[in-house]
Amino acid sequence: MNSFWNRFSRNKSAVLGLFILGLVVFMASIAGLIYPDDPFLYSRFPLSGPGVNGFLLGSDSIGRDVASGIAHGAKTSLLIGLIATLAAVFIGVIFGAFAGYYGGLVDDVLMRITEVFQTIPSFVFAILLVAIMKPSIESVVIAITVVSWPAVARLVRGEFLALKNREFVQACHTLGMGDVRIMMAEILPNCLSPIIVIGSLMVATAILIESGLAFLGLGDPNVMSWGFQISDGRSMLRVAWWICTFPGIAILITVLAINLVGEGLNDALNPRLRERN
Amino acid sequence: MAVENLCVDLAPGETLCIVGESGSGKSLTARALMGLLPAPHVRVSKGSINFCGEDLIQASERRLREIRGSEISMIFQEPMTALNPVMTIGTQIDEIFRYHVAMPAKERRQRAIQLLEDVQLPDPEKIVSAYPHELSGGQRQRAMIAMALSLEPKIIIADEPTTALDVTTQAQILKLISDMQALHKTGVLFITHDFGVVADIADRVAVMQNGRVVETGSVDEVLNRPEHDYTKKLISSVPSLIPRPPRTRSADVVLAVQNVQKTFGDGKSFFGFGKPNRVVHAVKNVSLELCRGETLGVVGESGSGKSTLARCIIRLLENDSGKIMLDGINLCDLNRKEMRPWRAKIQMIFQDPYASLNPRVKVGQIIAQGPMIQGANKKEAEARTRELLEIVGLDERAFNRYPHEFSGGQRQRIGIARALALDPEILVADEPVSALDVSIQAQILKLLDEIRERMNLSMVFITHDLRVAAQVCDRLAVMRYGEIVETGVTGQIFNAPQHSYTRDLLAAVPGQKWDR
Repeated sequence: MNSFWNRFSRNKSAVLGLFILGLVVFMASIAGLIYPDDPFLYSRFPLSGPGVNGFLLGSDSIGRDVASGIAHGAKTSLLIGLIATLAAVFIGVIFGAFAGYYGGLVDDVLMRITEVFQTIPSFVFAILLVAIMKPSIESVVIAITVVSWPAVARLVRGEFLALKNREFVQACHTLGMGDVRIMMAEILPNCLSPIIVIGSLMVATAILIESGLAFLGLGDPNVMSWGFQISDGRSMLRVAWWICTFPGIAILITVLAINLVGEGLNDALNPRLRERN
Repeated sequence: MAVENLCVDLAPGETLCIVGESGSGKSLTARALMGLLPAPHVRVSKGSINFCGEDLIQASERRLREIRGSEISMIFQEPMTALNPVMTIGTQIDEIFRYHVAMPAKERRQRAIQLLEDVQLPDPEKIVSAYPHELSGGQRQRAMIAMALSLEPKIIIADEPTTALDVTTQAQILKLISDMQALHKTGVLFITHDFGVVADIADRVAVMQNGRVVETGSVDEVLNRPEHDYTKKLISSVPSLIPRPPRTRSADVVLAVQNVQKTFGDGKSFFGFGKPNRVVHAVKNVSLELCRGETLGVVGESGSGKSTLARCIIRLLENDSGKIMLDGINLCDLNRKEMRPWRAKIQMIFQDPYASLNPRVKVGQIIAQGPMIQGANKKEAEARTRELLEIVGLDERAFNRYPHEFSGGQRQRIGIARALALDPEILVADEPVSALDVSIQAQILKLLDEIRERMNLSMVFITHDLRVAAQVCDRLAVMRYGEIVETGVTGQIFNAPQHSYTRDLLAAVPGQKWDR
């Protein structure tokens, strides 16, 4: 664990990314404490600028507090990002593992299914799914999962193809070990590193997709989200710039932080890069 | 400090062999001589390299570039990675001429073809326009030698040039190098770990251990009257070519391989497009018998099909036809589920100790999982594992450690323990000591011998090293191109080989005059 942290901290921007991400998570967790009121609550001071009338980051056209929206929106974005990614990784690993390990007909069938999902442009597909399923947190999570798992499946399939002919796997065959046990207990632990890296980057993509959906009005209407705030403020960009800008900056910083952490994880976990050092 | 206090010298026309095991610093020394150390981390910190009166360490990069290729040239171990895969052989030889001398293009091509003829490559015109991947290992190494000799250098540094080659090819390459040397009066610095090669080609020898030269002298002095303990240990670890006396053979046949055939590729092309798949007849109609308590050796060069045969016997590969009879049952008839209880009877020891253990699983778990799959409960499996760790000579604390904490020899012991965990009757050992240093090799062979005696195991021992075969195997089967060309008692095969290929194989083993 120590050596992992040493390798990770060699990348200064990755440590910065981790710090920022930590702040975002902290903010999301104390949102209920610092802004106990409903972020959708309107007030008598619409369109106040940042710092005016007690609003830290201003208020929007019906007087909702932008800062409160950002704090509560953080919870939404992070939660959706995490759950959707976990689900996508789970499905992707299953598909990739079976396709890579068994090869032949199983591989062909699973990969053709994967390709069907991959050839449809992901954001358009997500819109389609959410529109069919009626916008809600569940449908957004499902939509993001569905468009994200093919990338994981391809990656895991490649890793399994490379590892299944290694001598230690052949040794397991000679012991009489069953297939599922070989896949999950012997091969999978050896390809965790690239899966972790792609998973971390996928959280960032998930947040972007969720924000995009909310921007188009396809997010859950009962849940505050950064995308919703941006959508709300876009017609007033020249009059009240703070309504769009601050949520936009929040998305930018969070996605950037996650990407930096993902790169840091790649440097720390990727064995080929390690050999160069 | 990778190399310390190294003093060697080389005279024209003489061959100096630097011998050592992995980690001794011999390759680094070779690269330092050429100025090829991976700077800035690895560099010469003290001392001088005197080449014809010039100190190479003080020489400028430009002067070094002039020297390399024209006055000192190098032959590397792996010809596939040392040759540029996207350039033809002709272009690569051409490069050397273009850089060092002024010569018109036509003359360069003539010289290139002449060089390839000198190194006895067949059809030089064709080779000049061939790519490295189109040649065999031996041909590539000859092409490399041609490149090294092109400008008639004063010194050739050869870094284990024949280690990756078959023993018959090795004999040809060694002869070629010494012919070239006699012709051009070149000094040859030959790095190797094989004492047989040293006995055949060296004039003088330097033995390296952990970065220091522990002994130097003429080849006669060092090989026959070694003074340093390490040299003595290395020389005594080299298996003798004199086969050990046969043991009495039991009449019980425990394993019978009958007419096994395995072919890769079906010769069809992709729906009629493109070239048909290459068909490889890896194993053609092989029959063997293994008696209880004996060690049957299968020897052959690379591509002979011995590894494929081993994998067919242990059922990692499905053979196309033939029978594998164990205790009266044909293993080929069993499907995967039925095979599982039979797996306990026949186990495999793999070649590469670094690839055959799962890096993410603890050693105790690696050994215990076999018995647990066969139905033992956790406690029994653990007890058996601890017992086995002791039998193979490892500390009990290895139970909770990961494979990367162990050396190559220790990992091979873990592999042996894993194979023994199911209490098998038959062991199939696929080149179990080929990836190990010679002193470790001796220890592992001794361990295998003890275990075999103690547990009355029968063993199929696959190897390409005839010295190891002479010491370990009771009977031998010689394989070539997927067929067994000769079988018999080891002593008989060594003293009176019947088949011409067996004779060629035995004649090519280096160091026979040394007779160790």
